[in-house]
Amino acid sequence: MAAGVATWLPFARAAAVGWLPLAQQPLPPAPGVKASRGDEVLVVNVSGRRFETWKNTLDRYPDTLLGSSEKEFFYDADSGEYFFDRDPDMFRHVLNFYRTGRLHCPRQECIQAFDEELAFYGLVPELVGDCCLEEYRDRKKENAERLAEDEEAEQSGDGPTLPAGSSLRQRLWRAFENPHTSTAALVFYYVTGFFIAVSVIANVVETIPCRSPSRRLSREQSCGDRFPTAFFCMDTACVLIFTGEYLLRLFAAPSRCRFLRSVMSLIDVVAILPYYIGLFVPKNDDVSGAFVTLRVFRVFRIFKFSRHSQGLRILGYTLKSCASELGFLLFSLTMAIIIFATVMFYAEKGTSKTNFTSIPAAFWYTIVTMTTLGYGDMVPSTIAGKIFGSICSLSGVLVIALPVPVIVSNFSRIYHQNQRADKRRAQQKVRLARIRLAKSGTTNAFLQYKQNGGLEDSSSGEGQALCVRNRSAFEQQHHHLLHCLEKTTCHEFTDELTFSEALGAVSLGGCTSRSTSVSSQAVGPGSLLSSCCPRRTKRRGIRLANSTASVSHGSMQELDTLAGLRRSPAPQSRSSLNAKPYDSLDLNCDSRDFVAAIISIPTPPANTPDESQPSSPGGGGSSGGRARSTLRNSSLGTHCLLPETVKISSL
Amino acid sequence: MGAVMGTFSSLQTKQRRPSKDIAWWYYQYQRDKIEDELEMTMVCHRPEGLEQLEAQTNFTKRELQVLYRGFKNECPSGAVNEETFKQIYAQFFPHGDASTYAHYLFNAFDTTQTGSVKFEDFVTALSILLRGTVHEKLRWTFNLYDINKDGYINKEEMMDIVKAIYDMMGKYTYPVLKEDTPRQHVDVFFQKMDKNKDGIVTLDEFLESCQEDDNIMRSLQLFQNVM
Repeated sequence: MAAGVATWLPFARAAAVGWLPLAQQPLPPAPGVKASRGDEVLVVNVSGRRFETWKNTLDRYPDTLLGSSEKEFFYDADSGEYFFDRDPDMFRHVLNFYRTGRLHCPRQECIQAFDEELAFYGLVPELVGDCCLEEYRDRKKENAERLAEDEEAEQSGDGPTLPAGSSLRQRLWRAFENPHTSTAALVFYYVTGFFIAVSVIANVVETIPCRSPSRRLSREQSCGDRFPTAFFCMDTACVLIFTGEYLLRLFAAPSRCRFLRSVMSLIDVVAILPYYIGLFVPKNDDVSGAFVTLRVFRVFRIFKFSRHSQGLRILGYTLKSCASELGFLLFSLTMAIIIFATVMFYAEKGTSKTNFTSIPAAFWYTIVTMTTLGYGDMVPSTIAGKIFGSICSLSGVLVIALPVPVIVSNFSRIYHQNQRADKRRAQQKVRLARIRLAKSGTTNAFLQYKQNGGLEDSSSGEGQALCVRNRSAFEQQHHHLLHCLEKTTCHEFTDELTFSEALGAVSLGGCTSRSTSVSSQAVGPGSLLSSCCPRRTKRRGIRLANSTASVSHGSMQELDTLAGLRRSPAPQSRSSLNAKPYDSLDLNCDSRDFVAAIISIPTPPANTPDESQPSSPGGGGSSGGRARSTLRNSSLGTHCLLPETVKISSL
Repeated sequence: MGAVMGTFSSLQTKQRRPSKDIAWWYYQYQRDKIEDELEMTMVCHRPEGLEQLEAQTNFTKRELQVLYRGFKNECPSGAVNEETFKQIYAQFFPHGDASTYAHYLFNAFDTTQTGSVKFEDFVTALSILLRGTVHEKLRWTFNLYDINKDGYINKEEMMDIVKAIYDMMGKYTYPVLKEDTPRQHVDVFFQKMDKNKDGIVTLDEFLESCQEDDNIMRSLQLFQNVM
């Protein structure tokens, strides 16, 4: 209901007294009305700017934030005002809505910001007054279009990354659609473009008359006739390349039916079909006429350039979108042509030796005149004919000039849209790169922090304070959160490099790595749990997995003999790592000293799984103890390569 | 083809607004004319002072302030016309057609028959309806029913009023409105009110009959605390 209605309600209720004498039944009792205080002034503080208004004003619209009890959430009892931490300039419009009942849209503000404010205050965008409604809608639509374009650009897969498991088909299709993604695709793109150009030029040159060296002026041959084999070879080569390209695209297309129906594929087919038809048609005179006609279709190869040129595509799209205007142009032209041709024919009928032999013959004159070409091969000679001829040319100008600007403006709009899209895509890449940088920055911060030993207990914090970067409260809490997650899952955060290396090493198998003490299953949990402990390099987590997982049967045996452990079946090693991470989790997580572990040899130092000191509680069970002993034993005999910050405790 | 280029360049700059052709200029001219006329007719009424109104009515200063603020917000010109009345009532009674009743009501408010209800009229009527004596209220109601303001209510006037009230109900009622329901209602009314059965109800008859009816008396108290 409009604003005014609330104001008039008391009056309407009072006027109900007029029904009383007529009422045949007693009227219902009035609703319990709260003690009507005098109207009070509310103070609404929006980011420091104070707005004061009557409470009644705000109560006019009870289903908005300010009109309902929701505003009590923002009430500050100390200052006695309602505080909103929002834009005060926008609030002005919101408050004016309460006052006047019409929501106006600010011209100089971003429409998105305005929408957000409306959403916050519980106002529906439909409340925008008629005066501002059209502009509001226009701007919103424009915005929505732009955002949709952005999303489309993202989804259209211009991004550099493909899902890892993409098949050959998908890769091929992507190479065809976006030649910039790989060098091979780019090469293919340029090669096909070159051959299209060659084919078109050959078609053109074929028809040029070239002189034979014997200077026989009587016979002028076209080049095509003089060098038939050369041109035939060139044609064959081009058609072969085009056919190959078409078949490849057909193979790679995600939806073959749709590809077959698409315009570009039709153009491709039309470009190469005449050649094949020509091959199979016997060279007798009856059919050769038709065969010659088919050669005309070779010129359609020039449309293949639309894959290479965006402007051409835009033109085609414009024509498609202006289909109605073009249709109108065509229709009106046809009407005018018929009318004027008839008139001219009858005007010139009497003249002898006239060109206007029939109405269809007059069509040619009308078209040439209306399009202001004026070849002059047909001219009226009677006065009436000349008069009508001049009317014809004037009306021609008008009829043609009408739809053309529409087409032109459509083209310019689409062209600019495209340019904008391109620009935005280019900027998108930069933006994405920046976002990725920022993201990696935060992860790196955490990893760096760990590296610097920041996860130490606070008791040793003093000495660490110098090397640990100063962190804000936010960062501290964030890192704590990440740390908690690590503890929960018993995995660690590392960077891409380490991870990919680990993956690669895992796939290689354990042959190259003489693994460490953490090879055996029994040691598995220990190593893993030690991976949860502090004081490691950032490579540690994955290195651990690397070393443990890559243990082959053979190397395990080595270690077993070394460590004197009982053998455990090899396949278990990796899964068991994940199976029991929690057993000794508490065990070692607060240890400070650790033991250097044995490192595998050819691969760069796998890290040292940290083990608890001998003094750590034996609650973790025998596995911990065994791990310890293994470590000790193995560390005796093997070569130790240590990462930087690892401390070696006494063994 | 120069014409094409000309139109093209002009279109580029004015892509959104319609081109300013002859029709547009003509429309603008008409609109300006109308606006000039409106300006001459737009008058601003200002009510008498607050103290005077307080003396004349039964409202306190505060109540008058609240009333005037609402009134001024709705009608910045200071006067309500019949159209606005009808619109307001249409919003309150969307089911049916409230325009006839609003017309009668407007006439009841517009005591000076000027065609517009100023704030004083508005507040005076409200004062009677909400804070007046029983006598005053009944007299106001009589005035409402007396369409031609001749001091008597006859059957036709009553029929009009009753029909207008039933119009506000709209079509979808339960039980279904029959054709002669208003007539029956009027007959009942006249039976009660018309003491001397002469076909018209005078003010005294009206007052007497209403004061005899308990229902009416009780209901009159209902609207005490509307404000």
